[in-house]
Amino acid sequence: MSALIEVENLRVRFPGDHGPTDVVRGISFSLGRERLGIVGESGSGKSMTGRALMGLVPAPGRAIADRMVFDGIDLARLDERGFRRLRGARLSMVLQDPKFSLNPVIRIGEQIGEALAFHSRASRRERRRRVLDVLAAVRIDDPERVYRLFPHEVSGGMGQRVMIAMMVVLEPDVMIADEPTSALDVSVRAQVLEIMDDLVRRRGMGLVLISHDLEMVARWCDRVLVMYDGRIVEECAAGRLAEATHPYTKGLLASTPHLDDARELLPVLDRGALGASR
Amino acid sequence: MAQAEIGAEQRASRIPRASAAALLRRGRSLAWIALTLALTLLGLMAVTFVVGRVVPIDPVIAVVGERASQAVYDAARIEMGLDDPVVVQFARYVMDVLRGDLGMSVTTQRPVMEDLARVFPATLEMATLGILIGVTLGVPMGVVAAARQGTLVDQVIRVLGLAGYAIPAFWIGLVGLVVFYASLGWVGGPGRIDFFLDGMVEPVTGLLLVDSLLAGDMESFGSAFSHIVLPATILGFFSLAYISRMTRSFMLEQLGQEYIVTARAKGAPERVVVWRHAFKPIRVQLVTVVGLSYAALLEGSVMIETVFSWPGIGNYLTNALLNADMNAVLGATLLIGVVFIAINKLSDLLYLIIDPRARS
Ligand SMILES: Nc1ncnc2c1ncn2[C@@H]1O[C@H](COP(=O)(O)OP(=O)(O)O)[C@@H](O)[C@H]1O
Ligand SMILES: [Mg+2]
Repeated sequence: MSALIEVENLRVRFPGDHGPTDVVRGISFSLGRERLGIVGESGSGKSMTGRALMGLVPAPGRAIADRMVFDGIDLARLDERGFRRLRGARLSMVLQDPKFSLNPVIRIGEQIGEALAFHSRASRRERRRRVLDVLAAVRIDDPERVYRLFPHEVSGGMGQRVMIAMMVVLEPDVMIADEPTSALDVSVRAQVLEIMDDLVRRRGMGLVLISHDLEMVARWCDRVLVMYDGRIVEECAAGRLAEATHPYTKGLLASTPHLDDARELLPVLDRGALGASR
Repeated sequence: MAQAEIGAEQRASRIPRASAAALLRRGRSLAWIALTLALTLLGLMAVTFVVGRVVPIDPVIAVVGERASQAVYDAARIEMGLDDPVVVQFARYVMDVLRGDLGMSVTTQRPVMEDLARVFPATLEMATLGILIGVTLGVPMGVVAAARQGTLVDQVIRVLGLAGYAIPAFWIGLVGLVVFYASLGWVGGPGRIDFFLDGMVEPVTGLLLVDSLLAGDMESFGSAFSHIVLPATILGFFSLAYISRMTRSFMLEQLGQEYIVTARAKGAPERVVVWRHAFKPIRVQLVTVVGLSYAALLEGSVMIETVFSWPGIGNYLTNALLNADMNAVLGATLLIGVVFIAINKLSDLLYLIIDPRARS
């Protein structure tokens, strides 16, 4: 399998009062036409890794890498214009909460159609047709109606499907989904993941699924990276997480509750030991 | 599909389909605006009425004079209805106001309504030009400053905004007159028009620029324009300072939102990110800011009207106050209050039109 993205020694650096801090501290990984999960606790650098791939690390932060290649393009040396050509068209990103990630004053259909306007010369009618198609593709029953709605008029689950539609309308090669279901009702999470999964497989996209939920990532991904404190501490096939060797991963696994759990208390991570091991 | 999801979507689906319900809601919003408008106006009249009664100026003496006998005084008092119950007096006051009767002005010896019809257009004309300048320059400046936060452009725009606060209006007015009128001769001096053209144009709207155009009198138009351009620009500068500062801070808040990241993730060019995704949501807030700013200008910038001998409502009100001309003071106050309320309600209406969230 040829890699879509290859990353070598990626750092995300923020200037601080006491000199620069790296919140991602030299990670290397590759992504093929597969579903790659990134898990780790809050603040471990998952989102910044995703943002770095899109060229969207918020200022004054900066992404630095020895190599960060996407389809022969070195993202580590790409300027803003170059990134703009890729974003939405070949690399795309689904954010966490549709309540905040959709523009409140622009109709849903127009928000999706924009991506087409930025990257293609499609006519207005052509754009409209493609937007309706992609709304249907994320299993929205009445695309014509939803096209005209504003984001506050749809539920969270539907909002996230709109977001996914917006990010796949140009059939990108890679989609990064940053906690795509964390803000949703438990009842609609599986449905949203299934729609996303289905699109990714059918269109042969590479997916980076970022989550703090180890079980979810194990279920929906082929391969998993475990991040801790800005580093990748474990990399394994999703089916083999049980054989993980790093103490942090083992700790995470041990602290996942189960229905048939007989334990009174879930174990607590021993951070002292983790500090020593890295 | 899960239960919760279905419920939520059906709820959403009712909004655009049931347009009758939407119309009803819109109608109710309008009725609400109308009702609050009526109540606010009544409240305003109550205030001017009470103020008119508590000030230590005896309206009877104002009519009969200081040396009238007690009998004459009492007769005049009854004649003027001042012995009637307060409620009756207030009702009479409201009816008078609604009929357009604000009493006589003791300084001008004319009905206050006529005075206001003459001075208010002078203020309106200047304030409208001022706010146009303030909006067309202030909004883009605020947007650009926010989009380039921390750069030199941003610094310059912020300094201009601060200057609008720190520099006194009368000072800038005097300096403006000295430089552009006295030294350079680029603009007309104090007043609305050159004195030899004064009264040449038949007043239709009371706005000299409009009336002179209607009359096809280009000489008067040119003169009026050369007189208004400096004070209007100065007013424009003050509202520009306020509007650009507010626009900048609204924009900064917008640019930190998640949907800005979404727009960038779609490949939106910076121009679209700034002017569509960040600017569109702040239009509602800007309506309020511009409305407030316009209302402030319409109250008549007393300083500017004084420096430029501008026969507007600020000047009129100041004169009335200095002469204890109560009818004129209350009439002008009432008018200013009405203008303020009208602008407020107008921005409420604009809200309904431009904010999809307020509509449903
Ligand atoms: N604008 C910023 N300035 C400084 N530090 C930041 C900024 N944004 C994020 N960080 C830090 O970067 C680290 C990683 O953040 P993030 O990638 O969002 O974590 P995750 O997505 O894994 O929860 C966090 O410790 C966070 O505090
Ligand atoms: Mg995150």
